[in-house]
Amino acid sequence: MVSERTVGMTQALSLLPPQLMTTPPLLTMTGVSRRYGDVVALHDVSAVVYPGEVLGIVGESGSGKSTLLRMMNLEDTPDTGDYRLALPDLAGNLFGLDRFARRMLCATRIGIVYQNPHQGLLMQHTSSGNVAERLLIAGERSFANLRARGRTALEASEFPLDRMDARPIELSGGMQQRVQLAKAIALEPALLLLDEPTTGLDVSVQALVLDTLKRLQRDRAITMVIVSHDLGVIRTMADRVMVMRRGRVVEQGLSDQIFQDPQHDYTQQLVHAKL
Amino acid sequence: MSIASLTKAWQPMSYGFLDASAKRELRRKMLKAIAVPGCQMPYASREVPMARGWGTGGLQVTLTLLKPSSVVKVIDQGADDSVNAASIRSFLSKVSGAAETWDTLAASLIQSRHRIPEERLHAGQILVLQVPNPEPLRPVEPNMSIARQMHADADYGRLWLILYEQIVRSGRIMEGAAYPSLVNGRHVMTPSPIPRWDVPKLHMAQHLTFLSAGREKRLYAVPPFTKVEPLVFSDVPFKVEDHGALTCHRSGVKGFYMNEIPQGDGGSAYELSDSHLGIKAIRQAEGEADRIGATWYQNGQSA
Repeated sequence: MVSERTVGMTQALSLLPPQLMTTPPLLTMTGVSRRYGDVVALHDVSAVVYPGEVLGIVGESGSGKSTLLRMMNLEDTPDTGDYRLALPDLAGNLFGLDRFARRMLCATRIGIVYQNPHQGLLMQHTSSGNVAERLLIAGERSFANLRARGRTALEASEFPLDRMDARPIELSGGMQQRVQLAKAIALEPALLLLDEPTTGLDVSVQALVLDTLKRLQRDRAITMVIVSHDLGVIRTMADRVMVMRRGRVVEQGLSDQIFQDPQHDYTQQLVHAKL
Repeated sequence: MSIASLTKAWQPMSYGFLDASAKRELRRKMLKAIAVPGCQMPYASREVPMARGWGTGGLQVTLTLLKPSSVVKVIDQGADDSVNAASIRSFLSKVSGAAETWDTLAASLIQSRHRIPEERLHAGQILVLQVPNPEPLRPVEPNMSIARQMHADADYGRLWLILYEQIVRSGRIMEGAAYPSLVNGRHVMTPSPIPRWDVPKLHMAQHLTFLSAGREKRLYAVPPFTKVEPLVFSDVPFKVEDHGALTCHRSGVKGFYMNEIPQGDGGSAYELSDSHLGIKAIRQAEGEADRIGATWYQNGQSA
């Protein structure tokens, strides 16, 4: 029921694309390849994401979708490939940045939500502290501002504020994801990366988290890349879908197009398996 | 010609106890530490006739710096007469022929645990602090290799995070001793377990400070006229302990860092933590000619 409602929303939004497509892409990735020993994780993958758009990446486990997302967050460098973000004072291939510039870029311009909250959060620190750390890295040194901005970010991710000084380890999975989300959006990043943000949550909590994401996307027009093996999540969230298999992109297009009229064998299997 | 005329006379140990190669190693690392203020330099920490954790790091630096014309003062929790201070001081003088003193103004080399003297140190004096835990990032990053990367990246956000959470939880910064401080705008160091009261004394000081941890095998330095800024929020100022209004019950001196001495009636008496300052004040009151030098704090306020 939730998915039907939100699907309707996607279609309403998709009336906007003409404007969307006339702006230059925010994220451009070309010819990214990565091998780990004999394993080809990514082979000649290219992707573009337009400002305000949600790109969904689907594929089975091991298809390279998380690796691609890690590359987008500059956590790993490919063997070959080019990565650009159309942001002021950011020119050239981002894979060529030194670690200082890379760390600053990741902290201030890119937000990420991991599947496993342990990866993205400091579990022994408070939830508001986790958000504050982001701001501290960016150079915020006023306690009052840290507190206020942390509160705003947690509020935006619909986190119950009376628990903002609880440690994430004491919180439920859905709440932990909300803390991660608050941390990711605290600095109003240009790009938000979501790595299986709702996997491991039960269906009702999953719907609530997706609702929050949807609302954020609508209110702030954040550009998002969402990786999931769950077609329901992608269908709810994404404007455009990229289907990956064995480190290659097998098909991409508008999400309606992919879900209604899949062309590639694998996509057809995937869609039909779901339906 | 006899062999004895060509060789040195037998001695029970090298000058200054440590052998020449150990001192060379330490000197190199000390020079490096001065060159990069606040950056921890690893060094080959030697055995000294004292257990690890009793100031072996400080002792090695002091032994390296000693010369026969040195005048050494050793402070343990502000006192010159505690067993640890007295035995380190007599050891230093025994192995080097250096003079011993309790007077901050007369000393050329001061080894200290927990305190920086209340009287201003002047150019040419060297302060050696014994450090139990040199790594300010240890509470936030148990993995020391990652902590070193964080130092390289100047990634100190989590240290502020600790302060943030202390204010959230307790309404004020709870960090008592070893307050993390930014040296020369680049490296955050632990200024050994000195109280907050003593941290401002390191800022733009005339003297050279070495901090050395024997067990952890790390030393770092604050050269003269180097900025040492305690980590603070722009809207929560750094505060030293509220000792400005306390009076020493023995010397009657007011406005310095005090030791609290619980009394039988449940109250507290206070005495100067810097014991020799108290002795000087008492001597002065009794009409003896003893000079108290300029102090960092005056009437409990940083001068």
